[in-house]
Amino acid sequence: MQDLPVIEITALNKWFGDNHVLKGIDLNVMPSDVVVVVGASGSGKSTLLRCVNYLESYDEGQIKVSGELVHGGERFINALRAKVGMVFQHFNLFPHMTVMGNVTEGPTQVLKMPKKQAREVGRYYLDKVGLGEKEDAYPGTLSGGQKQRVAIARALAMEPDVMLFDEPTSALDPELVGEVLAVMKRLAEDGMTMMVVTHEMGFAREVADSVAFMDQGVILEQDCPTRLFDAPREARTQEFLGKIL
Amino acid sequence: MYFDITVLPKYLPYFLPAAWMTLKVSALGILLGLGLGLGTAFMRLSEKRLLNLPARAYIYFIRGTPLLLQLLFIYFGLRSLAGLDALNSAVLALGVHNGAYIAEIFRGAIVSIATGQMEAARSLGMTHSRAMIRIILPQALKRAVPSLGNQFIIALKDSSLASAITINELLLKSQQLASSNFMMMEMLTIAALFYLFYTAIFSWFFHRLEVRLDVSNA
Repeated sequence: MQDLPVIEITALNKWFGDNHVLKGIDLNVMPSDVVVVVGASGSGKSTLLRCVNYLESYDEGQIKVSGELVHGGERFINALRAKVGMVFQHFNLFPHMTVMGNVTEGPTQVLKMPKKQAREVGRYYLDKVGLGEKEDAYPGTLSGGQKQRVAIARALAMEPDVMLFDEPTSALDPELVGEVLAVMKRLAEDGMTMMVVTHEMGFAREVADSVAFMDQGVILEQDCPTRLFDAPREARTQEFLGKIL
Repeated sequence: MYFDITVLPKYLPYFLPAAWMTLKVSALGILLGLGLGLGTAFMRLSEKRLLNLPARAYIYFIRGTPLLLQLLFIYFGLRSLAGLDALNSAVLALGVHNGAYIAEIFRGAIVSIATGQMEAARSLGMTHSRAMIRIILPQALKRAVPSLGNQFIIALKDSSLASAITINELLLKSQQLASSNFMMMEMLTIAALFYLFYTAIFSWFFHRLEVRLDVSNA
């Protein structure tokens, strides 16, 4: 089992109309690994991530999650998404529900967990992201960093096999980025399998097992962070890192 | 112009049955409109042509013709066909008319809820309809409240058109009384006072509702 990738992307192609946004992507995420995807905006990295839980469809190639082929069947999609956690750039918390309501919504509505049990699960994960005391607050009263940590707890409460992060700190004020990255780092240390799209190179260097550099719909190179950051092979990678670091 | 303000208290009680009729026609019409509006909004939002085409046609025809014409159409059309009486015709016409506008209010409110909300709900594994019920609708209804309040007030005043099909509501009552006592301005004033009274109550109620739901924070 240990050898089976949690996410296995093979020769993936996607078009938006005439725009070829993903051009033959191959990428594996092994259990407990953290794979970080970096690249300029418009390189297709968010689209790639969103294909994994089928928020975006794809045209050619295949994606397997825990060995199962990802396809558009309604029932399959819902089951897939229940075990693939997703964290968005803009948090997308449910503003009409309390923090606890947000975190228990998935377990009660999708997993049919009894309310009481869901609250225990919710409390456990809210403590984990350091927001145990905020369970009765509404999202509107939280800072951006707190919102994103609630969003992480909401995804974790489904006890997913893998977590997807779509630029989780890009909408945050600089001073709030650290608290979110710290939660993600702890999650990685606990052995969570993660696929992360981010511009936080420090996080990638410190936490990632593997970093993929995407450019114009292609993974130009993928390597351990030390080699990718210190000795990138491709000129485009060097240029990108030169601009961002 | 001669205007005798002293007759107002004397004639006011004569208007009470008519005031009740105005309220009844408006309230029933609004209720019917709410149901039709919500259903039509979902049909209109559907990607299936079989659902969204009829909804679009309904909205187009209703918004494209005057309410008075619709009232007469339903009254004279359905009286012979289905034996519908004047009251039922008025309620049906007002309901069908407002349904089209309310559908657009609901639709606008639903699409105004960011797609991120739907994505977040779906990414937890919720079905589309569960996400709609649990996540989108509660927020959309809240956002629709100010426009609905506006539409309700319009519906209340539009009920006066039912006078054209013999519904003895406020406006018709004022005309009947004026034709015998020749105090047209005074009778119109009494009718106006009732409308203003209802509108004030509606406005107050919706204001309270907005505060309660904290609409500005939606």
